[in-house]
Formats: sequence, C-alpha cells, structure tokens
Amino acid sequence: MKVVLQHITKIFPARGRGSNGGTVAANDLNFEIPDGELVALLGPSGCGKSTTLNLISGLQRPTDGRIFFGGDDVTDLPPENRGVGLVFQNYALYPHLSVMDNIIFPLGNLRGKDRMTKPEMKEKAHEIAKLVQIDELMDRKPAELSGGQQQRVAIARALVKMPRVLLLDEPLSNLDARLRLQTREEIKRIQRETKITTVFVTHDQDEAMSISDRIIVMKAGVVQQIGKPQEVYDSPANLFVANFLGTPPINVFSASVRGGRLIIGEDSVLEVGGVSDCEVWAAIRPEGFILDERGPLCCDFGGLEVMGRDISVLSSNQAAVKPTVRSIISAENRVDTSSKTVRFSLKPNKAFLFDKTSEERILFTTARKEN
Amino acid sequence: MENRSAKGWLYLLPAILFLGVFMVYPLIDVFVYSFEEGYNSASQTFFGTGLYNYSYILHDPYFLQAVKNTFILVIVTVPLSTLIALGISYGLSSIKALRELYQTVFFLPYVTNTLAVGLVFMILFRKTAYSDGLVNLLLGLFGISPIDFIDGPYWAKMFVLCFYTIWVVLPFKILILTGALASVNEEYYNAARIDGTRPFRIFRKITLPMISPMVFYLIITGFIGAFKAYSDAVALFGTNLNAAEMNTIVGYVYDMLYGDSGGYPSYASAAAIILFAIVLTITCINLLISKKHVHY
Repeated sequence: MKVVLQHITKIFPARGRGSNGGTVAANDLNFEIPDGELVALLGPSGCGKSTTLNLISGLQRPTDGRIFFGGDDVTDLPPENRGVGLVFQNYALYPHLSVMDNIIFPLGNLRGKDRMTKPEMKEKAHEIAKLVQIDELMDRKPAELSGGQQQRVAIARALVKMPRVLLLDEPLSNLDARLRLQTREEIKRIQRETKITTVFVTHDQDEAMSISDRIIVMKAGVVQQIGKPQEVYDSPANLFVANFLGTPPINVFSASVRGGRLIIGEDSVLEVGGVSDCEVWAAIRPEGFILDERGPLCCDFGGLEVMGRDISVLSSNQAAVKPTVRSIISAENRVDTSSKTVRFSLKPNKAFLFDKTSEERILFTTARKEN
Repeated sequence: MENRSAKGWLYLLPAILFLGVFMVYPLIDVFVYSFEEGYNSASQTFFGTGLYNYSYILHDPYFLQAVKNTFILVIVTVPLSTLIALGISYGLSSIKALRELYQTVFFLPYVTNTLAVGLVFMILFRKTAYSDGLVNLLLGLFGISPIDFIDGPYWAKMFVLCFYTIWVVLPFKILILTGALASVNEEYYNAARIDGTRPFRIFRKITLPMISPMVFYLIITGFIGAFKAYSDAVALFGTNLNAAEMNTIVGYVYDMLYGDSGGYPSYASAAAIILFAIVLTITCINLLISKKHVHY
C-alpha cells in the first residue's frame, strides 16, 4: 500500500499562560512511500518523526494536509479504520495476557463478516508467531520474555490482522547492542516476507542506513532529504544531513573558495570547479582523507586509534569546527607518530561544500583526480 | 551472616516490642478471657474455664441479630461501594474539564466527621411528629406514604445503614481507584485503539486487569472494615442498638463491656474472637481468589 503525505502540518497548541503560538512538530511534509518498501524516518529527538508516525497511524490528527493510503484519503479516518499495525517503542504488550492472547487480541475486535472463531484466531496467531519465530513462547507472559522476544511479540500483534501499513516507533531502542543488530535483520526479513509497506522511526542512522530501502531525514519538523541510504550518504542535501549521517561523523571546516580552489586555513586543498568565490562550510568524510606527505591539507597530529582493519588518525586544524579531525585510513599505511604534523590529500567525491548561511549544498566539478 | 541477622533483629526490636505489647499480648489475653467463665477485670477472678462463653453468646438473640446485621451490611455494601467507586473513578478519568472540582467533591465525605454526617442522615431520613424528613417528602412526590427510616421497619433501617456506609466508604475507594486508573500507561489504550477495540472491551480486557490489584485491595479492606462497623450504626440509631435491632458484632462487644447490660468481659472476648475468626476466614478466601485473578 502506497502511503502519501500531502502538505501535512501538525501544530501542538501552546500550554500554559504567556506562551503563544505552539509547537510545530511537522511542517508541510510532502512525501510518498512506495508500496512494499521499508522506509526509515530518521532524525534527532524532537524532530517530529514520532509525530509523523502518529499522524500516519491516526492516533493524532494533522492540523493541515491530507494523508492517502493507496487511493484512499484516510485523513479523517480513526486509527481502527485505517488498517495500520503499530509497534510501540516499549511494545505496550498487555502484561496480564499470555503471548498467545496478546497476539489474538486484535482479532477479537473483528466483527461482522471478518469475525473469527477461537480456533481460527489461534491458527492465525501460530502462523504469525512462526514468522517472527516465537511459536514456542505462546503460553508465557510478557514479563517472562527477553527484550528481543517482547519486540517480536509486539510485531506479531501488529501483523496478525494483516495491516495495510506497518508502523514501528523506535523499534530497536530498548534492545542491547547485539540484539539490535540481530533484530534489525529480522525486521528486514519479516518485511520482505510479508511485503507490507513499513515505516519505522529511528534516531540511529546506522539502523536506518542498514535495513531501509529509503530514508527520510527530518529536522525540526521539516523533511531535509529523501532517498536511498547510499544516495543520501554520498550526496547530502545540506550540512545537517551530512552531519547526521555517518559514523564517525563528518569533519566540518570553515573554509572559503578562491579562484576555483577550496582554501582551508592557508592550504589550497581541492579544485572546486564552477563555484564562485565565497565563504563555505567544507565537510569531509573521515574516509575522504588520503595520507600523503606532499598532500595540501596540513593538520596537527593528535594521535592514532588502531581498529584492526582501519586506523583512525586524530588531528586538529584551526579551521575545523570540532577540536578533533578524524580521518580513517587503511591499516596498511604507516603513520609517523613522531611527527608534529600530518598531511592529507582529499578525495573530491567525499568532500562537500555548503553555503555558509543557508547551509545548502554547493555542487562543484573536478577536472582531474587530485590524488 | 550471623552478625548481620543479629543486626537486623536489633533494628526490628522497637517495632516488635510495641507490636508485642500492644497487639500480640492483648490478642492472647482476649483469647484467654474468652475461655474463662465470668471473668471480672476488677477482682481478676473467674469461676472456671470452658466453652461456656461461646455457648452463651451463640444462644443470645442479640448476638445473632448483630451477626445477621453485620453480614447483610458486608454483603450489600462491599460489592456495591466498590462498583460505584469504579464507575465514578472511570468517569472522572474520562473527563478533563472540572475533574479536580469533582474529585474534591467526591472526597469531601472522607474529611467529614462520621457523627456529624450521621446527624445529617438522621435529618434526611427521620420521621418526627413535626416533619416526615426530606427523603419522605421526595417519596411523597411519587405517591409513596412516609416511612420511618430511623425508628420504623427493619428493612428501612437496614437500607439507611447500608446507604450511609456506602456513602462514607466511597471517597477513599474513589481516591485509590482514580490513582490506579491514572497509572495505567496510555500506550496500552493507544495500542488497543489502533486495533479497533471497543470501549467496553478495553475496560474489561485491559483497564480492569491492570487495576485489579487495587480493586482487590479495596475489596479485602472493605470486607474487614465492614465487619468492624459500629460507629456508623451509633451515628444513625444512637447507643441503644440492641433495642433498635441494628447492632453489629463490634457494637455487641462494646455493649458487653461498657453498655447498659455491660460488665461481661468474658462474653465480649468470646464475641471478639468469633469476629476475628470470621474476618480471618473471609480475608483468606479473598486472598486465594485474588491470587487467581490478579496478575502481578
């Protein structure tokens, strides 16, 4: 089921006296989630991603705008008539019911021609339980399950009535690191098997990048960029997106463009064709640095972190926004740790320029390979 | 380990001492008195030991009346007051406007003196030579002839007593239940709403089980409280409860000790022990049932 948001705005009224206006949690959202895709709503806390999810589920009504599922306008439908399954951040499993009863709970609400008998419900529940691999835990109470198992039960409960859209609110945030890796693969697998359009909310860019077909990056209620994870990573639309995606984070320098060259501090580091002289933010991915004795970018050497496959070189530069410039180079490189400075040349496809005030991306061309 | 448990006992000592002196010892004492015939607290003498005291009070029509009254009171007021409180708290938790005002109003009886409230009830229900009472005036509107609720037939008096008891115990129950309802996580309701659960099913399948520990707490304390009822009856019918046929077990115990027919600590002790046995049994049954139905 295709999900379309048109000019969706959500304003929470101001609370208390003296405050005016209100909080704009979603500001003119326009996007389309193609049928059968797994889409991540990504952003820092308070960016409106959970609100967006609640708007899609119907738990909240938009202040303005329309929401469509396929061809149907569902904006005015209450949640129960939208056919959505929602997995809550802390699962909201009914603690007094067994796993089986939790899963069949939504089925018990069906009426009319959809009404099911108890054995039918149980059969259906077993089918779903098998899919999420909890069919051996059916008699347990939620409190007797691990976090990962509870998560699966919550997904099973959301899936059992075959929703048109599956929504997951921070599905992995309550799991430990190892379980998180495992569960995100699991979500991907379940989504692929059921082919249900799935939207999940996360603030963890790793999570979003690894399993989603498409990510929607949000900030302060405004969509920043929509695209395939790799596209967004390789070509961030603005400084926020560049900063938000990637671990370790991108290195940002306060720089300028003079005569078609990018100047960081006093070093002319990169040819940037087609950009007129101006002040810019230059953002360089950690993997965009090449250790090069005659490289144009000179930084003060700070230390090394060896991580097996890679080495990360910590250095500092007057022009950098953060005190540490982190670059990742292959472990085969030898770094002279006695030296006070370290020199890099840059990969042009890993360096991005952003307007100093609007922070929007400035595209540039490179005539030849700098390295 | 030895040292640690010694320390633990030391910390518990003050509480144990007080409980021992003021609870365990009197309890044992009462138990002993109940088997001593004609015990006299002034001369500390008695005639003999045996089950005579029990046999006497079990054949005393006043005691049997008191037991009957107490049981009716318990069976009527505990379920009714809990149900009404549940309804009111559910209503309170569903409204936003004026909720605090209503909460205060419902809580008022709790801070009001029992005897004062009893007086108000008397005025409402009593039929005197000069007036039929407010309730009778209302009944008169429906063409019902006036009933004397305070000095009249047994069922009318029992009705007033039950009505009064429910009214007095409601505030505390409402307080506890609104708290319990407020502590149910909103997400459960959202989850149920997404799945299209109808309000009644949400209440029965989610709300009620979630607050079941509190409901059972109220039922258990309600039973105990109702079995120990006394002051309510006094507030309504005065101190001569035997004559009014409105005595309760605790009232009987009091009468046996200090009432006009008083001065019989042995009988009082036996009655108190019987009450204790009844309350203990009912509470155990309650706990057994609650274990089956409360899921936390």
